[in-house]
Amino acid sequence: MEKLQQDAIVLAKMPKSLNKKEFTYCPGCHHGIVHRLVAELIDEFNLRERTVLVAPVGCSVFAYEFFNVDGTVAAHGRALAVATGMKRARPDLFIITYQGDGDLAAIGTAETIHAANRGERVTTVFINNAVYGMTGGQMAPTTLLGMKTTTSPYGRRPEKEGYPIHIMEIMRELPGVAYAERVKVSKPQDVPKAKIAIKKAFYAQLLDLGFGIVEVLSTCPTNWGMDPVEAGKWLDENMVKEFPLGVYVDKVTEVMKEKGVK
Amino acid sequence: MMEHRLIAAGFGGQGVMLFGQLVASAGMIENKNVTWLPSYGPEMRGGTANCTVVVSDEPVASPVVDTPSEIAIFNIPSLLKFEPTLEEGGVLVMNTSMIDREPSRKDITVIKVPANEVADELGVLKAQNMVMLGAYIETTKAVNVESILKALEKKMTGKKAQFLDVNKRAIEKGMKIAREQLK
Amino acid sequence: MGEKVMVKGTEAIGEAAIRAGCRVYFGYPITPQSELTEYMSRRMEEVGGVFLQAESEVATVNMMYGASSVGARVMTSTSSPGFSLMQEGISYMANAQLPAVFVDVVRGGPGLGDIQPSQGDYFQIVKGGGHGDYRLPVYSPSSLQEAVELTIHAFDVADKYRTPVVIFADGMMGQMMEPVEFPEPIDPGTIPEKDWALTGAKGREARYVTSFDIDPYKLEKMNLELQEKYKKIIEEEQKWEEFMTEDIEVLFVAHGTVGRIVKSAVKIAREKGIKAGLFRPISLFPFPYKRLSELSEKVDVVMTVEMSSGQMLEDVKLAVLGKARTPFYGRLAGVIPTPNEIFEALMKELRR
Ligand SMILES: Cc1ncc(C[n+]2csc(CCOP(=O)(O)OP(=O)(O)O)c2C)c(N)n1
Repeated sequence: MEKLQQDAIVLAKMPKSLNKKEFTYCPGCHHGIVHRLVAELIDEFNLRERTVLVAPVGCSVFAYEFFNVDGTVAAHGRALAVATGMKRARPDLFIITYQGDGDLAAIGTAETIHAANRGERVTTVFINNAVYGMTGGQMAPTTLLGMKTTTSPYGRRPEKEGYPIHIMEIMRELPGVAYAERVKVSKPQDVPKAKIAIKKAFYAQLLDLGFGIVEVLSTCPTNWGMDPVEAGKWLDENMVKEFPLGVYVDKVTEVMKEKGVK
Repeated sequence: MMEHRLIAAGFGGQGVMLFGQLVASAGMIENKNVTWLPSYGPEMRGGTANCTVVVSDEPVASPVVDTPSEIAIFNIPSLLKFEPTLEEGGVLVMNTSMIDREPSRKDITVIKVPANEVADELGVLKAQNMVMLGAYIETTKAVNVESILKALEKKMTGKKAQFLDVNKRAIEKGMKIAREQLK
Repeated sequence: MGEKVMVKGTEAIGEAAIRAGCRVYFGYPITPQSELTEYMSRRMEEVGGVFLQAESEVATVNMMYGASSVGARVMTSTSSPGFSLMQEGISYMANAQLPAVFVDVVRGGPGLGDIQPSQGDYFQIVKGGGHGDYRLPVYSPSSLQEAVELTIHAFDVADKYRTPVVIFADGMMGQMMEPVEFPEPIDPGTIPEKDWALTGAKGREARYVTSFDIDPYKLEKMNLELQEKYKKIIEEEQKWEEFMTEDIEVLFVAHGTVGRIVKSAVKIAREKGIKAGLFRPISLFPFPYKRLSELSEKVDVVMTVEMSSGQMLEDVKLAVLGKARTPFYGRLAGVIPTPNEIFEALMKELRR
């Protein structure tokens, strides 16, 4: 996997919207791949000069440094409130939040649901790796049943720790959402699909249709205690079962067709 | 130095807040220093509402008053609460349509106003607070009736404008009642 | 200045913010300041500004972080429990050096408390209720005219020093009415552009606004920069009022609405032949220690009066440094001290 990622970097041209700074993510972590997709899209849409990136507290706290766009770090869970403030004050800016599952779906659940429900014209990239990566592998709201973490040492039990939370399924209920899709990037062929999903979430904002969000199922080899290849396989076999891939809300594609944009 | 420290008190809905606001606004029109401070929140539960107004030649120090120089009282609970606090030689204006008992203090000026009956005769019972207001300004000379009328005109715009005239008449009636009692 | 108008405190502060060129307001209803939120919902629409009722005070402060970071003049108003919820965000804003104005209409506490006026949040507001080594300029008005002027001033101080600023009000200030003259409004277009704001990296390097650095040496540098700024604020931004202090025998110290009530107590004392005076700090940070220290040399008694159990009292003691006795009189939980009560408390102290 690590090899694959390096190859990809050599093969593809470095996006303008990424800094030369080397990623500090663990081997096999999917943050790097997703960063690159987001940066490529910023370039392709020619948005670099009006983009502001809101990084979360979590492993991707440095995202704002890896991207070559204006950026900030929100308090843990509050990225979508920060993004709301930015977009309301400066509707001409293009606002992206980049958040983990603890950030978006535990401490920041209220901000997430309300920003989505208000249809804030911002785009969210949601990295679901089923654990708290940055703080050392504790249980996340998306931790699978039976999965052991440092704070669910007996495996997650529904009667004690409750169930994994499904954000895309919640998004489906919120009229402010214009695009919601769950994707993965564990296999090379997943990557272009993920990119199209993020592109549509960009369009949700650019065409003034509503809130756009893409959930990316991601590995955390370090905290899962696996090597990158194992971790990818585990994701494909277990996470996808709990978190079905697919489009949950799409008010974008039709408008794209009407307007003749791709 | 001239300083009027007024507390107007009664049930919610009797218009004591507006009573106080008109006095304060009239004071402002006369270029005096004024404050208007309402009771709010749970204090107003149980139906009592009051506001404190200060009208002064000098900048108003405390908007909170513990010894008022005058009180306008619209119901019995307010009489019980505020009569003891009134300054020696102070003025009590009371709505006798609502209060069927005598004040206990002997060292104050008492003006008795059957405000509901008077307002009823004018055809608008709600104007009872304006009858009280007329009696109050006539007794204390805190502000002129002209300024009160100006303040009233500013307040009563749109749909409320139709009540301007009856309110004016209610104020005049109140002034007359006080004048007769002061003789 | 225009003509005098009778307004409520909440409206006076709201209108002042509009006149200061503030065009972005976020808030969450809480008594006794909801009328300010309501006023802004009406007014922002009229002036083409942004009003948004957030889902919580936590969201509010973070929306402010966002709006401020893209360069907007932004404000919120809240009351004690709501201000507690904002602390994390305020700490972030302090270190990210983001200007904003917070109006805290303090009510009785702790906990849900009540909705009556209080000054029991002095420690939280003035000494920093959030984490980390930060300070906030805090202004405590005692009349509505002053509230208007300080609100406008707060926006300028916030921008000048790149810091959140707090207006410390209380329910009495919020609910009372008084004549006010509003200054001419500032055209938001004339407010100088902020050369640090996140506006898109057009023709320049990308910029970051953050409150952190993982490297302790770099973070220490950020901290030292903050401390430098606070030193400058202490030197340049002290404000206070002296009332009848020329010939004092005893001195009161009180801030905000209590300062005003104490003026009546001073007058009562003077009628009885006691030469009392009042020192009223207007900026609580920076606290005017030096001037209070000078005044305390003239008297034996410096009596602090607060609607709290004695929080500003600690700052008074730091100024007086044992040069005079420092008794205290306070009412708690939303009870307002009255002029006579305060005078009696002074007499009791003088009889000792
Ligand atoms: C108020 C607050 N509580 C807790 C933390 C500690 N903390 C930092 S990151 C994190 C979890 C991050 O997990 P996630 O959002 O899933 O992102 P990941 O690190 O897995 O990418 C926590 C609990 C914090 N910074 N702030």
